[in-house]
Amino acid sequence: MSSTTQTARLTTLQAAWVIARRDFLAILFSRAFIFFLLGPLFPIIVGGLAGGIGSRVQQQTSIIEIGVAMNEADTALMVASASQLHKELGSTIPPLVPIAEADRAVKPADILREKRGNYVAIIDGTPAAPVLTATEDQLKKWRGPVGLVAATASGTSPSTFPKITSETVATSGANVKRNRVLTAQAGQMLLFLLTMLLGGMVLSNLVEEKGNKIIEVLAAAIPMDSVFLGKLFAMLAVSFVGIAVWGGVGSLIYFAGGYSMADFAAPAVGWPLFFALGVIYFAMGYLILGSLFLAIGSMAATVREVQTLSMPVTMLQLLVFFFASYAMANQGSMMELAAAIFPFSSPFAMLARAAQSGEIWPHALAIAWQALAVAVLVKAGATLFRRRVMQSGPRGAKGNRKGLFRRLAELAGPA
Amino acid sequence: MDMPLSDTLPKDNCVDVDTAEDTNRPLAIEARGLVKKFGDTLAVDGVDISVREGAIYGILGPNGAGKTTTLRMLLGIIDPDAGLRRVFGHDCPHEIAKLIGYLPEERGLYPAMKGVEAIAFMGALRGLPLEEGRKRGAELLENHGMGFAIERQIRQMSKGQAQTVQLLGTLVHRPRLVVLDEPFSGLDAINQGKLERMIRDLADGGTTVIFSTHVIHHAERLCESVAIIAGGKVPYAGSVEAARDRIPAQVRLETRAREGAWLSALPQDARREGDFFYFSLPEAGIESLLKALIDGEAGILSLSIERAGLHDAFVHIAGEAAARALEADNAAEMGR
Repeated sequence: MSSTTQTARLTTLQAAWVIARRDFLAILFSRAFIFFLLGPLFPIIVGGLAGGIGSRVQQQTSIIEIGVAMNEADTALMVASASQLHKELGSTIPPLVPIAEADRAVKPADILREKRGNYVAIIDGTPAAPVLTATEDQLKKWRGPVGLVAATASGTSPSTFPKITSETVATSGANVKRNRVLTAQAGQMLLFLLTMLLGGMVLSNLVEEKGNKIIEVLAAAIPMDSVFLGKLFAMLAVSFVGIAVWGGVGSLIYFAGGYSMADFAAPAVGWPLFFALGVIYFAMGYLILGSLFLAIGSMAATVREVQTLSMPVTMLQLLVFFFASYAMANQGSMMELAAAIFPFSSPFAMLARAAQSGEIWPHALAIAWQALAVAVLVKAGATLFRRRVMQSGPRGAKGNRKGLFRRLAELAGPA
Repeated sequence: MDMPLSDTLPKDNCVDVDTAEDTNRPLAIEARGLVKKFGDTLAVDGVDISVREGAIYGILGPNGAGKTTTLRMLLGIIDPDAGLRRVFGHDCPHEIAKLIGYLPEERGLYPAMKGVEAIAFMGALRGLPLEEGRKRGAELLENHGMGFAIERQIRQMSKGQAQTVQLLGTLVHRPRLVVLDEPFSGLDAINQGKLERMIRDLADGGTTVIFSTHVIHHAERLCESVAIIAGGKVPYAGSVEAARDRIPAQVRLETRAREGAWLSALPQDARREGDFFYFSLPEAGIESLLKALIDGEAGILSLSIERAGLHDAFVHIAGEAAARALEADNAAEMGR
């Protein structure tokens, strides 16, 4: 190695900064940015289409249960009556379950307040004089069906309903859980749409660069890793500008409509941390997908090839999103763990977790893991790029005439 | 500085390297046994090059000979499969990116950028602060009669103007080594002349210039040394003078007498074409032949000695096929 000590080059980060600054300003003052700002219209349309899946997930995660805290015989009677009526009346009659043994000594209001179990309401007292404890909206909803079940359990005519005493609580475990699922779903959907939008934009940017033939000037001056990093972070910065604009406009509309954040269920980690994690997971999700798209861009010689290659990746990413959504419904399962570990679904799964679970350490671990995945993908993409793009001069179209898949096979093999 | 690459490699390389150069100047570029393969194609096969600091060095060969791949390996854009390269004593050219300026064969600029911004950006890639780059860029454009391009977008410029902007961007950070890949390609005669002057000025200022070309007279007019490359190999690397000296000078003789004893004094390769005899300049010189012609009363009407040009040297060294390819490239370029 050379013994000359003089360093006459930019560091990787300095070089990435040069690229990022140029790309950021170029994109910000381009027409593409206007289209980017209009991007939220797209999620509204797609969101509507994807609503079916979302509601199914929500249904699965918010199975309504009404706990029965009567004596053993009355509880069995109430549960049996509900079961019998359910056969006749279907979902009008909620499933009744005996409350857990450990909660028998706890007041129903406290059970709901402390979010023990998945109860939307709790019935105690007796079938002849039931006491229904729930939030105000749940009381309105379940007073009739519970009266019917209690009347059936009492053996009285269904026309003679027992008087139900009610107790109102501010919240319940089921309520919070259902609303947190909604928060998690909204976060995941936003994350997915933004990352896809940005991944596509960074890919177009690279393809444009290849078209401009500027890439060789960059490759000669700075490491390809810096080019990739610069491009990724420029687009990330552009997205933050976009998010600030959307957030500002959205907040104006929202607060002008008389709403407040209290209308949403607070995520398990709390709003400030949820927002912070949202930003980090968005950045990670985008960097992972963006570096994959850049690697694709490096392999493609033409725009058509880019489309050919990016389509299956887009579809796979959609599947990954659905996988993460599905995993959200199975908290604590192996599937949730798999979704959190697989780098492409990890940001989605972890954001959903932030909404549903208050543990902090898994997020630190996940962020470190995702950062590692980004580093590996950027390095791999840059290596592929150097191997593929800088093969020959303009007559190097020899290479371009080869089939795309033959080139992919070559890239996979030794140089 | 580490030991020269030439001391680290076996001496059995077949390249014909002329060593009659100014060895007082240190080497800016030293490459030994560079090999690069793309799939089944051996693009560069054991290239050896030595470029002294402050020299104008040409890499001469037809398209597809391996010029661009060689330059890319020298610059660290791609790594060789085998062999060693060293630029200003560094094995990794990226380590000294600030000292190098590079104009690739495929010119490329951001179409939406203004002329001065494009130059400043290229300088920034080589470590020049943006503000300084803008200032120097504006000066360079003014000095090259392109003040109008300072605030004009690249997409609004002609191909030649954009090419000049890119060339100025290559030089804005005042590199010690300038690498130009086919710099004359696409330029009209006037701009080719301007570029030749610019290259000479750079060398006069102590900058090392290495350029590739398939046009022999650019290399012949500008370079003190060349590497002739064909089929990925470098059959000759050394001074232009030494390359020309590979072919003995040609003598053209016209005499009044047609016959005589003096005819036997002519070299064996002498041939008569009309009123003239043509033959190679004897290694011992022309003096003894002149004496024989005078003593034999040949009646010398004219006698001229013509040194071989670089084109003849190229044909002699690289072969007829490579020369034909070179001419075909030139014809294609002219037709463009």
